[in-house]
Amino acid sequence: MTAAVLPGRFVRHSGYLTVRSVRALIRQPWYVAVTLVQPIVWLLLFGQLFKSVVHIPGFAASGSYLEFITPGVIMMTSLFSAGWAGTVYIEDMNRGVMDRLLASPVSRGAMMVATLAYQSIVTVIQSLAVFAIAYACGARFGGGVSGVVVTLVAASLLTVVFAALSNAVALLVRQQDALIGISQFLSLPLPFLSSALIAAVLSPPWVRHVANYNPVDWAVVVSRQALSGAPDVGVVAPRLAALAGLAVVMGWVATRAFGAYQRSV
Amino acid sequence: MLHLSTRTQVDVALDARDLVKTYPAGRGKDPVRALDGLSIQVAAGSVFGLLGPNGAGKSTAVKVLTTLSRPDSGRASVAGIDVTLAPDRVRRAIGLVSQRPSSDPMATGRENVVLAARIQGLSRRDAHRRTAELFDRFGLTEAADRLVRTYSGGMARKLDVAIGLIHRPQVLFLDEPTTGLDPEARADLWAEIARLAADEQTTVLLTTHYLDEADHLAHRLAIVDRGRVVAEGTPDELKSELRGDTVHLEFDNSETAAAALRLLERLPGLGGIVPDGLAVHARADLGARAVPTLLAALDNAGIAAASVTVARPSLDDVYLRHAGRRFEGNHQS
Repeated sequence: MTAAVLPGRFVRHSGYLTVRSVRALIRQPWYVAVTLVQPIVWLLLFGQLFKSVVHIPGFAASGSYLEFITPGVIMMTSLFSAGWAGTVYIEDMNRGVMDRLLASPVSRGAMMVATLAYQSIVTVIQSLAVFAIAYACGARFGGGVSGVVVTLVAASLLTVVFAALSNAVALLVRQQDALIGISQFLSLPLPFLSSALIAAVLSPPWVRHVANYNPVDWAVVVSRQALSGAPDVGVVAPRLAALAGLAVVMGWVATRAFGAYQRSV
Repeated sequence: MLHLSTRTQVDVALDARDLVKTYPAGRGKDPVRALDGLSIQVAAGSVFGLLGPNGAGKSTAVKVLTTLSRPDSGRASVAGIDVTLAPDRVRRAIGLVSQRPSSDPMATGRENVVLAARIQGLSRRDAHRRTAELFDRFGLTEAADRLVRTYSGGMARKLDVAIGLIHRPQVLFLDEPTTGLDPEARADLWAEIARLAADEQTTVLLTTHYLDEADHLAHRLAIVDRGRVVAEGTPDELKSELRGDTVHLEFDNSETAAAALRLLERLPGLGGIVPDGLAVHARADLGARAVPTLLAALDNAGIAAASVTVARPSLDDVYLRHAGRRFEGNHQS
């Protein structure tokens, strides 16, 4: 096999395996519906309960609290869904599919990319549903279609970062319970260490500081800027670049975890 | 121990030498030595059986030979390709049917097989053509477009074999293929495996803990115990190694059994006399001829046997001799 064949094989295998997951999703559409329960609760209940926080002096955002938390809810939904990504690998391990694939000439990178692509597709569907619900409840965004597209890109990149992490943990621990425990432990605090639910100016200085290093905050800030209709490129570009860079690094690290899995079988 | 006759390199589809593989057993415990110097050579186009109880190291051997796992030491080549140096080339040359069903239940049978074909590099058209051919052969055509989760155990197993064969591998690994199948599905799969080596010129490495399966399917057998091969040969060679037939006598009480044991030990033409509770096992060159003499001798001594049976030696007896204990795998599923 020559080096020129390898990228072609990688792309083809990624395609085959992504199609496999998407077919399974089409056969279980209620799966996506279930994942929408949480964002609906956030949007409608949390959004109602904290409606008046926008009136706190210093809360910079114009518009309603519903409009403010929509980007936050989208990123939280992406984050929590991505945390479950590794369960696909665990199921494949339990069904013997993983070992059969690893004993076939499939590219390990393609096995990783396919699950990340699939998770991103799920994220796009979920995010569009959240937008639709927010819109139905009266939220309006000045950023229009381009604002929505940038939000989808940011949500997908955030998904890739945490789905890769979840996949890596799945390959290392090989148990559903352990995977869910670890991924909740890691992802639960992140929205609260960001501006997802409350304007940064109102959070304590240390939270604001931590948020600078929090990919969830990068994605929320990018989305909120893009939806505002007057985005500051100096704020959006570096955060998108950081998300993209981190996605690539995490994908690479997670692919390396196949080696650790094979050492244990 | 019997040895393979010397073969030229091209005829050897699978060659494993002194494979050692250990797994950590947890804190403060010695590592588990799953493979402890396992060596096998398998002739191209043959069905080779690895026979042993659960935990003997059969599945670990399959994992090493199919590139899933790396050996701590030792060397192995499959279809002439080294498994640790060129795992990706080995993966193109092999098919794997693992212990448990390994198809995706949320996909149809056809989707499963076509995916495997495409990964192996078949064109879309070839993938569909070969899939249809295999479904036809395994009687799965009607179920081809149903989700695998609706398949019976026997159908799912056949689908696994079809996935393993999709790219016409040089070597097919069948890791306990009939475990958990009902007798009918098992006989069905046996017939398919028997046809494989002949029709597809595929070398088959079969692991099993069923003695009758190994006896029925394998051209050659290696009995594996505690990570190494303890005996090797054709099923007939292994059985004839025990020479003659097995004679089992049963008695009503332990005193007559003990008296019979003393008597049998003095009789000419009997060997391998082993007491076993109220029974006594012995071997005779020609069981049918030994029985009348034996019964006359017992009669003279006033000892009545409750039953006397003569049997051709089974692989169970071979296993008992080489592993030093009875083969428990035959009685569990």
